[in-house]
Amino acid sequence: MNFPLIVQYGLSGITVGSIYAIVAVGFNIIYSTTGIINFAQGEFLIVGAMIAISLYQIVPLWLAIVLAVIVTTILGGLIEIVFLRPARDASVLRLIVITIGLSILIREAMLHIWDEKVHFLPYFTGTSTSTITIFGAHFSPQVLWVLGVSTVIVAGLTVFFRFTLLGRAMRACADDRMAACLCGINDRWMVTLSFMLSAGIGALAGCVISPVTQTQYDMGAPLAIKGFTVAILGGLGNSMAAVIAGLLLGLLEAFVVSQFASAYKEAVAIVVLLLVLVIRPTGLFVRREIGALRAA
Amino acid sequence: MGARCVRILGTLVIALALNGTGCKKAPETPAPTKAPATQTPAAPIKVGAIFAVTGPAANLGAPEQKTAEMFVEQINKEGGIAGHKVTLIVKDSGSVPGTALSLAKQLIDEEKVLAIIGPSTSGETMAIKDTCQEGKTILLSCAAAETIVNPLASYVFKTPQKDSDAARRIYETLKDMGITKVGVISSSDGFGNAGAAQLAKLAPEYGMTIAIAETYAATETDLTGVLTKLKGQDVKAVIDWTITPAQSLVAKNMKQIGLDVPLFQSHGFGNIKYVEAGGEAANGTIFPCGRLLVAEVLPGTHPQKQVLLKYKQDYESRYKEDASTFGGHAYDAILILREAIKKAGSVEPEKVRAAIETLQGVVGTGGVFNFTATDHNGLNKDAFEMLTVENGKFAVYTKK
Repeated sequence: MNFPLIVQYGLSGITVGSIYAIVAVGFNIIYSTTGIINFAQGEFLIVGAMIAISLYQIVPLWLAIVLAVIVTTILGGLIEIVFLRPARDASVLRLIVITIGLSILIREAMLHIWDEKVHFLPYFTGTSTSTITIFGAHFSPQVLWVLGVSTVIVAGLTVFFRFTLLGRAMRACADDRMAACLCGINDRWMVTLSFMLSAGIGALAGCVISPVTQTQYDMGAPLAIKGFTVAILGGLGNSMAAVIAGLLLGLLEAFVVSQFASAYKEAVAIVVLLLVLVIRPTGLFVRREIGALRAA
Repeated sequence: MGARCVRILGTLVIALALNGTGCKKAPETPAPTKAPATQTPAAPIKVGAIFAVTGPAANLGAPEQKTAEMFVEQINKEGGIAGHKVTLIVKDSGSVPGTALSLAKQLIDEEKVLAIIGPSTSGETMAIKDTCQEGKTILLSCAAAETIVNPLASYVFKTPQKDSDAARRIYETLKDMGITKVGVISSSDGFGNAGAAQLAKLAPEYGMTIAIAETYAATETDLTGVLTKLKGQDVKAVIDWTITPAQSLVAKNMKQIGLDVPLFQSHGFGNIKYVEAGGEAANGTIFPCGRLLVAEVLPGTHPQKQVLLKYKQDYESRYKEDASTFGGHAYDAILILREAIKKAGSVEPEKVRAAIETLQGVVGTGGVFNFTATDHNGLNKDAFEMLTVENGKFAVYTKK
């Protein structure tokens, strides 16, 4: 294997990894606030992308994306109020099961509102044939958009959760809801807010990856599985780690493809997920003590 | 606690039920097919249909469902077949072979249909082949794989062109271009596996070397990894064999990683949606296909021209979307059934089945069908035309 080819595999891994990473970030927001894994996260991505694709017929691309993010954000809030709030005192596990049901509902609703066909947003820069060349290898400029948007989202979330009152309030709810309530935090709205935030970020992610992956109503679940694997790999609740884990998994898959039949690629994510769950359930980038504290 | 528990479970059950029972655009039987109870000279013929209206093969199943409903409505408007009205029962398999199997059993055992149109994909067809044979129910598959009619099952037929013929046409074109070293990629489903097997089998006959053969998941969202592997083998052309949306990615990803060799697709590429999704990158793609996509430019003397133009105009004016070859496969299936019932002068399964085997010169959208007792497809490789994509549109491929 010559050098440009190795770089090419690396770039391929980064392309795929950046998609995994941006999906994983959405999982972390809701988990950080509620301890729930939202299995409808993949559907939020597709809803966002579908809305943007429809709006793009009448408004410029940037406006279509902004509007799609806003609409999906509101939708995320409504879903929480209608479906999850009535079961607010249920155990975390039960809430997770509700999100699985929601994902199916949203998927079927999308099939009725749109159709079964493949849709896509145009490439943000250039066209489907544009490439950027480094070290004799090539990649699509859209990959830079995906990575760039992931970085901005992670940076934004870090600032939001660390330094704003609202962000801290959301984290407080996750740590100890009773104590947070006693401090005057309206815990129910914090949960709603977390769903809105992750729906909005999911929609943005869905739009950014749409030129690369294309968008079809039932694509959410496979994307969510990879995103979930990456979120676990990085350590749930840690968005920065999720991005690194996403790129790692993408690279791992690319080099597995380079050496073995590509059919084995799909097994990689599952094996990695199992290994992490057995050996290091807190994730690669979270210190064990912290993980233990969280679990308690 | 109890009430809440019930509520949660209820939400879930509703969600699951909606998913399972085909709330997916469940196609209604067209109203005119129900003959008034007062005057029933001939009992209606029950025809089942299993299409992948949703799921990864939805690009096939959806136009097939629309076509079947349109054609049956036309038949009933014209007085049915030999005095019998046709009742069409459409089921959505969601592109899942297991679902197709249970739907087939339902159609055979409960609905007692004369024939089943579909399924859309080869994997689903193979899943129900034996069931239809044992249930003595005529199966007119809309899927391509050779294995559907070879080995032969007396009740099983198919309307799309053979995949071995598609492979032959691709190899002939490659030979003309002076290319002998190719890379093959295919989706890991029934259609992809069958195509890859045909390509491997026929390669020596045409002096082709398959430098590398790889498969990818039907739900794949990026193929740069596997294409890099082909690039590493220095292939002179890429053959991609699938019916999934991933085929639009192949063209894009090849350009993006700088793999500048001709791209050949299978006859599964015959839907303009895939070209649109591929954008600029799809230009120059070469693929074998039925003549539906180039009906307008066929010479006026071509036997298929009238049939193709009529189907295309009917479909496009009714559904406001481009006709695809897949819908044409469903059209051909119903056409063959109609001709066979007319010829048999009976609606007994065994007689209709035997009549299909004697049909000659039936002009359909996929080609001119000539069935025999051993050929349950009735088409040869002339049913394919080599097409290419020019400026985002299909055109007849001409040697450069």
